[in-house]
Amino acid sequence: MQSFTYERAASAEQAAAAVAARPDAKFISGGTNLLDLMKLEIERPAHLVDISRLPLDRIEETAAGGLRVGAQVRNSDLAADPRVRSRYPMLTQALLAGASAQIRNKASTSGNLLQRTRCPYFYDRNMPCNKREQGSGCAALQGFNRMHAILGASEACIAVHPSDMAVAMSGLDARIETISPGGETRAIPIGDFHRLPEATPHVETVLGHGEMIAAVTLPPPPPGRQVYRKVRDRASYAFALVSVAAIVEKSGDRIRSARIAMGGVAAKPWRATEAERMLAGAAASDGAFTDAAEAALAGAIGHGGNDFKIPLAKRTMRHTLAAAVESA
Amino acid sequence: MTETKTSENRPSETRNGIIGRPIDRIDGPLKVTGGATYAYENALEGTAFGYILGAAVAKGRIAEIDTAEAERAPAVLLVMTHRNAPAQPDFGPAVTPTVPEVFTRARPALNSERVRYYDEPVALVVAETFEAARAAAGLIRVRYDEEPGVYDLSGHMADAYAPKRTNAGFETDSVIGDFESAFAAAPVKIDATYRTPFEHHNPMEPHATLAAWSGNELTIHTSAQTLANFRAGVASTLRIPPERVRIVSPFIGGGFGSKLIAHADTILAALAAQVLQRPVKIALTRQQMFANAGHRAEMIQQVRLGAATDGRLTGIAHDVWAATSSFEEYCEQTAVFARSLYAAPNHATRHRLVPLDINRGEWMRSPGEAPGMLAFECAMDELAERLGLDPIELRIRNEPAQDPERGVPFSTRNLVTCMEEGARRFGWQRRNPTPGSTREGRKLIGYGMAAAIRPNYIGAATARVAIDRDGRVTARLDMTDIGTGSYTILTQIAAESLGLPISSVKVELGDSRFPRTAGSGGSWGAASAGSALHNACNALKERILEAAQSSEASPLRGANATEASFADSEVRIGQRSASLADLIRRIAPDGFEAEGSVAAGAVTQSYKAYSQHSYGAHFAEIAVDCDTGEIRMRRMLAVMGAGRILNAKTARSQIIGGMTWGIGAALMEQTVLDPRYGHFVNHDLAEYHVPINGDVPEMEVVFLEEHDDKANPLGAKGLGELGVCGAGAAVANAIYNATGVRVREFPITLDKVLPALPVIAI
Ligand SMILES: Cc1cc2nc3c(=O)[nH]c(=O)nc-3n(C[C@H](O)[C@H](O)[C@H](O)COP(=O)(O)OP(=O)(O)OC[C@H]3O[C@@H](n4cnc5c(N)ncnc54)[C@H](O)[C@@H]3O)c2cc1C
Ligand code: SF4
Repeated sequence: MQSFTYERAASAEQAAAAVAARPDAKFISGGTNLLDLMKLEIERPAHLVDISRLPLDRIEETAAGGLRVGAQVRNSDLAADPRVRSRYPMLTQALLAGASAQIRNKASTSGNLLQRTRCPYFYDRNMPCNKREQGSGCAALQGFNRMHAILGASEACIAVHPSDMAVAMSGLDARIETISPGGETRAIPIGDFHRLPEATPHVETVLGHGEMIAAVTLPPPPPGRQVYRKVRDRASYAFALVSVAAIVEKSGDRIRSARIAMGGVAAKPWRATEAERMLAGAAASDGAFTDAAEAALAGAIGHGGNDFKIPLAKRTMRHTLAAAVESA
Repeated sequence: MTETKTSENRPSETRNGIIGRPIDRIDGPLKVTGGATYAYENALEGTAFGYILGAAVAKGRIAEIDTAEAERAPAVLLVMTHRNAPAQPDFGPAVTPTVPEVFTRARPALNSERVRYYDEPVALVVAETFEAARAAAGLIRVRYDEEPGVYDLSGHMADAYAPKRTNAGFETDSVIGDFESAFAAAPVKIDATYRTPFEHHNPMEPHATLAAWSGNELTIHTSAQTLANFRAGVASTLRIPPERVRIVSPFIGGGFGSKLIAHADTILAALAAQVLQRPVKIALTRQQMFANAGHRAEMIQQVRLGAATDGRLTGIAHDVWAATSSFEEYCEQTAVFARSLYAAPNHATRHRLVPLDINRGEWMRSPGEAPGMLAFECAMDELAERLGLDPIELRIRNEPAQDPERGVPFSTRNLVTCMEEGARRFGWQRRNPTPGSTREGRKLIGYGMAAAIRPNYIGAATARVAIDRDGRVTARLDMTDIGTGSYTILTQIAAESLGLPISSVKVELGDSRFPRTAGSGGSWGAASAGSALHNACNALKERILEAAQSSEASPLRGANATEASFADSEVRIGQRSASLADLIRRIAPDGFEAEGSVAAGAVTQSYKAYSQHSYGAHFAEIAVDCDTGEIRMRRMLAVMGAGRILNAKTARSQIIGGMTWGIGAALMEQTVLDPRYGHFVNHDLAEYHVPINGDVPEMEVVFLEEHDDKANPLGAKGLGELGVCGAGAAVANAIYNATGVRVREFPITLDKVLPALPVIAI
């Protein structure tokens, strides 16, 4: 870890300005991801702006009937909030399926969205990695890539985004509110927030330098049952091999609408829009779930070690859709 | 519910029943309140902090190393590289002339520009703070002349060679009868090849050392399982007499075999402390532990079993190919247990090694049996199915009357009882022998079992015990407590022997100034150190009795000693008795001291005349998710016959710990060696999975009542590692029973069962 200077931000605007002022500055929230990366010198900020004590830790009702989650709301608090539990149960399930109780107590909503990949080559500075060091190559492409992406990857990078929370938020059509150094704000649909790697895997989101996440807004809960299903190598404290967030609204024996997001498959939470389209109006049957899963993974590409994720994602989606319907 | 049954007390002299009792760990309160000082927590005036920089390539030489910037960095005191490290002996040959020298050989660090494995130390930075040292390490620039290396076992099977011996000195090969002919003629055969991966110990406490010199005396506070090895290894490396090295290691946060020898933290701390003339502290980081603190090597194991149609084995062969290091050989004794587990007229076992450009493998919990039984006990399950026999029945039909390898009787062997008792308690009869046919909702359910065997080792050990004028007893020995409960059982042994409450006994461990033992490893600790202490207490009692009868001041003067006993804090000779404390005060105001010893097992007559092992049976029930292939444990049971149980609670903890290792080996533990770069890819605890609480089901442990009077004066046998042996195979066999998928490549992760799982209608 390289030495750095530190300041505690007094306000959101000031925090944004402080980071914007220096190209080598970064925000720090819970620090559960950033500090690990700094210890390994994968991240080497020379200046940290601590935003963990800004008054952005509230969950408020919005006029539209949704919730506005402050950037500094802890993962554990968000999961436990009674409004979240009753109206967005999928979000609670996803949060509780992530990390450990200790980490969730520290992790912030914004930090969770911005956590970086767990690709083991990214984590080892001696290995080629385009995300860590542009143009150095991708060691995972021909290497140990069991955890890697099957959708939306490029030759430059096949890493996945590890967040569970973000997958649920994607299914819920969350919007990410930011504040820029000049004080201007914008709301970014979560689907547009993370970027696919293409030729620039080191650019992971659409945020500008110094642009700070202030909150995440959840629209009113969509009709239908919500289920988050995470498949992993051990019972807890493991990143998703694949995960599926599904909201299925039924009308009689038919599906009126469905929303599906996948985790562990791409550099961003992956909305299965084609599958959603196919399910709308279809009979709530095994056949429809199977077809939807096939469609969702139609473009999937394995890289050897992660080939199994394609059938696994299909099976998990089929089963999760069925579970969402059953509990309806 | 967990039931733990322990043996009665049978020793002759005293019977106040302290041995065997499930008393809480004596060091427990210290540990949970932070009062137990671990190596890195020691603080000495003027301590400087070291940070190791590891090699970025796996093979080659350092062409250039630029330390100027690091040296100029704030608070840096020393940057040590091969250019300026104090002279040390060369590493020497890959194989030491004798087995003990493996532990005592010099292990130089930073003494050559050669890089032998990925992340091998290439520099040490010492600074006023840990942070400054770490930051400066990041400023060192190294250029390597990289050389092509060999990093995969299966691609280099042609390089396999037969080592001269396996770990612990066992023969490399064994042959009884003519296996090949028997196998060719066998009506029923299994020929199955299993793969077991690299694994890492990952004790909770990292390898850490605080070294301090005082004149030419070196004191090392570290985390060590065997102090004598550390002392000898440090002395050889620094070329100083062992008497000038003191090793202190009173508390150890787990070792699992990775702390049997001194590693780079210890050697470099000692060297840097010498150069700087101030105390130096170094810990390996978790990531560094993967390359620098040993591992279990990857193996390919072929098991061939030939049987008659009634299930009687006619031939057993176990062939093992394991990865080893190109510069230091380590051959795990993986097939050795197969020489004496089951009866068969024809036996053959072989160990072969394939050298890779990696660091040396080391002893990892249950070396030999852990990977070996994972393969072999699955093959037995495969054979049982082929024969249409229950797996327990197959094993019963092959129960030997004497040790099949050595032809000597068993000291005790209750494997059949373990299996039968286990079957009864587990409800084994509910197991559906047709695989893949038991479903509960969308879960496939399976039962599996496996046998367990682990040799009983005794290492040479001496203990000193003293009683003071107030009747307080202090036992001292250089034994260690690596979290197993040594402090507690030794206290119990001394208390029972001397007829005192445990509050009157203090056991001091973990200091090389104390009498030498074999330390903790190979499950020999309790029996070795315990027997030495038991003998020391007997010697002490003799001294006391002698003085009690002869001393002028003694209230028991002239009493007849043949009926003497020590109980309830009293000494009784014939009809006369006296309080022990009172007696000592009168006859020995300065107290008494005595020593006791045991010889290493291999040299004792009893070891030659009897086959000495602990046995057990493991049972597992698992559930496999039909949709995702996720495998989760439901419950486990172990029934163990391991001699006399010294403390029912710590013994149970050892076994459930071992069973948890079995879950890990079966389901998740694996370190991936990248064949292109030669580094362990998943080198942290986020990516290297060990079972967490949620993976560990309800576990039941049952100890048979046993007392092995051939093993040692206590009647106890090695226990800790028995919990691992076969546990993973029981899990693997349960997975087969649940799914009908036989995965022969460990760990059995969901991707390996998924393709064969049926798609069940919703
Ligand atoms: C062992 C382990 C296991 C884990 N398992 C899981 C898991 O299973 N599932 C899962 O989803 N997660 C898992 N996590 C990740 C965990 O969820 C993240 O570490 C955590 O959410 C990060 O939040 P933080 O507040 O600590 O972020 P920090 O570490 O403080 O920040 C992360 C990044 O976000 C930036 N940042 C933070 N806040 C803002 C803001 N308001 N505006 C702009 N930039 C900002 C920081 O500059 C930094 O780059 C695991 C982590 C660990 C260590
Ligand atoms: S997958 Fe991406 S993060 Fe991993 S090595 Fe390749 S470029 Fe780096």
